Formats: sequence, C-alpha cells, structure tokens
Amino acid sequence: MLQRLPSISPPIQVETPPVHIRIMGAGLALLAKFLSGASVRWIDSQPDTCQRVYFANHTSHLDAIVLWSALPAEVRALTRPVAAKDYWTAGRVRHYLATRVFNALLIDRTEIKVHQSPVDVMIREIGHRYSLIVFPEGGRTTGEGVSEFKSGLYYLCKKRPDLELIPVYIDNMNRILPRGEVLPVPLLSSISFGPPIWLEAGEPKADFLRRAREAVLRLKESY
Amino acid sequence: MDAKTIGLVCGVLALLGAATAVVWVLRRRTDSGIDPAIVETFWLRIRAWWIFCAVLVTALVIAKTVTVILFWLISFWALREFITLTPTRPSDHRALFWVFFVVTPLQFLLVGLELYGFKLYGLHSILIPVYVFLFVQARIAMSGDAKRFLDRTAKIQAGLLICVYCLSYAPALLALPLSKPPSAASRVEQPSDPTADPETSLPVSSANLLSRAYENPDPGSNARLLFFFILMVQLSDTLQYAWSQIPSKHVIVPSIHPGKTWEGLLGGAGSVALIGAALWWAIPPFPYWFAAGMSIVIAFMGFAGAITMSAIKRDRGVKDFGTLVAGHGGILDRIDSVCFAAPVFYHFTRYWLIYHGYLDASA
Repeated sequence: MLQRLPSISPPIQVETPPVHIRIMGAGLALLAKFLSGASVRWIDSQPDTCQRVYFANHTSHLDAIVLWSALPAEVRALTRPVAAKDYWTAGRVRHYLATRVFNALLIDRTEIKVHQSPVDVMIREIGHRYSLIVFPEGGRTTGEGVSEFKSGLYYLCKKRPDLELIPVYIDNMNRILPRGEVLPVPLLSSISFGPPIWLEAGEPKADFLRRAREAVLRLKESY
Repeated sequence: MDAKTIGLVCGVLALLGAATAVVWVLRRRTDSGIDPAIVETFWLRIRAWWIFCAVLVTALVIAKTVTVILFWLISFWALREFITLTPTRPSDHRALFWVFFVVTPLQFLLVGLELYGFKLYGLHSILIPVYVFLFVQARIAMSGDAKRFLDRTAKIQAGLLICVYCLSYAPALLALPLSKPPSAASRVEQPSDPTADPETSLPVSSANLLSRAYENPDPGSNARLLFFFILMVQLSDTLQYAWSQIPSKHVIVPSIHPGKTWEGLLGGAGSVALIGAALWWAIPPFPYWFAAGMSIVIAFMGFAGAITMSAIKRDRGVKDFGTLVAGHGGILDRIDSVCFAAPVFYHFTRYWLIYHGYLDASA
C-alpha cells in the first residue's frame, strides 16, 4: 500500500550544532559582551525566536558579533549575520568563526550573478526558520550619523513580507574598533532593539527605506 | 584571621546590619516624615557597601594577590567608564589600547611585586606620572593627528591618574611595613663595618631587596589598614551626606555640586575623626591622634574627589557615570572619593612610618 505523501513541504531538518561549536559560541558571545561592555535595551520590543530581520547601523567589524551576542542564546542559535565574504574568509580564524560559530551568511560583494543576487541567497538560506542580521547602510560609517539605506532591505521584504523587521541602534562601537584598526579598546557600548516594523502593501521603496532608517534614528535619539 | 581583624569585620557587619534594618523600616513606612529620596539614596548606598564589604573581606581572606587583582579589575572598569564619557578621536585608538592592556595591568603588577618585597625603587609611584604620561603624548603625536592635541592627551592622562594611578595606592597599603624590621635596631648600633666578611654581607643585600623576608608578628595589620581606609572613606561620604541635610545651608560650590555644604563637610570630618580615633586599636602601630587626623584627611580628600568628578560629569552633561550606559552600575560614582583619598592616605602613613623608623626612606 502506498503511503500518502504530505502535500506540504517536509519539516525542515534542524541539525543541532556539535557541543564544541556551541561552547565556542557561548564563549565568544561572553568575550564580545565583555569587550564591548554592551548594555542591551529592548524598547517596546521583546526577544523572540520568530523569523526576523535585525537591521542596524554599521560602524565597526564587531557590530555583527556584538549584536549576535546581545541576543538570548536560543534566539542566537537561529540568527545568522549577513557578512561580506571577502572580509570573513580572509584568514582561517575568521573563516572558522564565520562559517561554524556564527553560522554567518557570507555574501560575495565582488561578483553578483543574475540569479544569485544577495537577496535571493538570503531568502534561500533562511528558509522558514532562520533570522538575519543585516546592515542596510551598505558599509561602515564613522558613527556620526546613519547613512541612507541601500535598497536590499526593500527587495528582501517584498519577497518575504511576513518577516518582522527589528530596528537596532548600536552606540559607541566605532570607538571600540574603528575603521582600519585591528585591536579593540574596551569602552562601553550599548545596543537598543526597537519595536518591529513591516513593509506595508504597495509602499514605495523610498518611503519604506526612509521609514526604516527613521526607526533606527529614533533609537539613537532615545538616549 | 586574628582577633583584631575578626573584631573589625564583625563590627562593620553589625553596623551594616543595623543600618540596613533602619533604612529597610524607613522605606516601608510612609509616615516617618523623612524625605523618601534620602531614604532611597541610603538604600542604594547600603546595597553597594554590602557588595564592597563582601568582596573585600573575601579577597583579604583568600590572599593579598587576589586583592590586587580585584583592584585592577575595578580600575579597569572605572577607566572604561571615564574614557567612554570623555570624547577621544579615532587617532587616539592605539594609545588607548596601550593604556588599557599594558599600562593598567603593569601598574597593578608593580604593586603586586611590592607586596612580595620587590622594592623596584618605588616604580609604581612614578610609572604613570612620568613614563606613561610622556608615552601617551608621544604616541598620540605619532598618530599624525594634531587636532586638539593637548585636550586629548589631557583627558587620557586624567583618566589614568584618577582611575589607575590613584586607585592603585589602595592595594599598595598592603605593602607598607607596619612592624619594625629586626635588623633596623642592629643597623643603627653597628654602622657599616668595612672589615665585614663578604660572606655575611651578601645575605644582607638580598634581605634589602626582599625587605619582608622577616616575619611580621601581626600579619593581619596591613589588611586592617586597607579595611580601615575603605571604611573611613565610605563613612565620611555618608556622614557628610547626613550632615548636609541639616537646615542651615552654606553650599560650597553651588554650580558644581549643590549637595555639598560646609556643614556637611565639617560635620562629616569631625564625626569621622571621632570614629577613626575610636578605631585606633585596629591599625597598630598608629596612635589614636594619627587615626583621627588621617580620618579628617580622608574626609577632605573624599570631598575633593566628589566635587572633581561632579565637575567632569557636569561638563559632559550626565548625572552620574551609571546613567551613561543604562544598566551599568557606575563604578566611578562609587569610588571617586577612594581614588582621591588613597594616594594621600598612603603617603601620610608612609611619612609617619619613616619618621618612626619602620621604613628606611633611603632604601
């Protein structure tokens, strides 16, 4: 007798990472918390394991790690930072950390293929399980303000309007590890998570990107 | 622990217990007629003291080395609060890295070596104000960014001076010789004998390097001196606050710290002098008048520390270092008076010891 196949896609196989990876992850999160002295604030927002896109201002290479470390362990296990392939595969330590410990989603900035746009890669990789950390300014800034957002965030939401967008403002990280420096100075920083926003139906790209940027700026001004 | 140390610690615990009980009752009653804000301030302070007391006693019981490490960590955290608050430029980054990861550990390493009897010509008392201050200026100049050069170097130097250099004098109290070395008396009787056998003069020179090779008959006295110092600083803070609550107010510097009044300062200094004199038994070999005098010095230095940090905070537009980054305790708010009082307490104590022959200043 033929067994009836389920009509929906099979449940996603979740592989629990090996113990040493989990210990590395916890240890690294602790180190990042110590070095960044980060105090974490959730403003009208709660940590959750539902699928989300955390979008933040970007001033330092440490941003992704520090934001990732600021999440509770169970959320962290399901959250993948989107990072530049050229930086995170240079050197074995970085490569190991990015691919094994943070489970980063590495994007090739140098060659973007037609059917392999970064947004397509993100959507394929997160499936219906993972959350993302993105930096929509496109590159690191000096930390004075927040630059205009690139349109990737909009196209991501257009294809997946169900994703919750959480604005994040990272303060003082540019002083801990500024551009062009290798060694961090352990000053105190803070990370603020704001209330979720969504892409409204039919919302124009420019309006949405402005609204998203203002959500981050509001967190900056809440000090 | 010896009987005196246990007595001192138990006394402090009893006092803390009583204070906690009183403030706890006041917090629950709304009809006491005391301003709830004052009660709340005391409540926060008492909580900080319990932590301070527990940590200090634990550290002193385990080992002096642990005490030095503990003060290093406090210093590290205070400095990061200080530098976070003061604006620096990206070109100061390398100099700051040195400050945090080389200078601060080195300073406490030197204090630690002093504890084990390595007299490095008092290097811990000149490392920062001489070598490091010059180094910081040169390192920032080398970064090639001249903008507001003196501003930037001064900020980093002030942070180092207050948070690292001054604070390191507190654990350095553990290295003061509080009993007379047995050789001190004999050295006076027989001034250097040119015919001395070179075989016997060798151990003497090594004993000079390891000055504490002899047994101190009262091993807990250094720990009690440190404990006495911290206790007096905390008491003077609190008593100054309590005295400044009395109605007739003569505010000392209204534009900097509206809470500090002459009544508070003088009343606080007078009260701690009495308490210090009453605790003279805890810190031999010092007489009661010296304990009282040092308590007054602590009260004035504590006031100086509070008013200086207040000026820095006011300039940067924050109420306290704790609100700078939400969720952090604000260590610098708790230890500003300790930082200012420590070097003065250390040196006055040392002068007394030299004057009375406990310490050879030329060594």
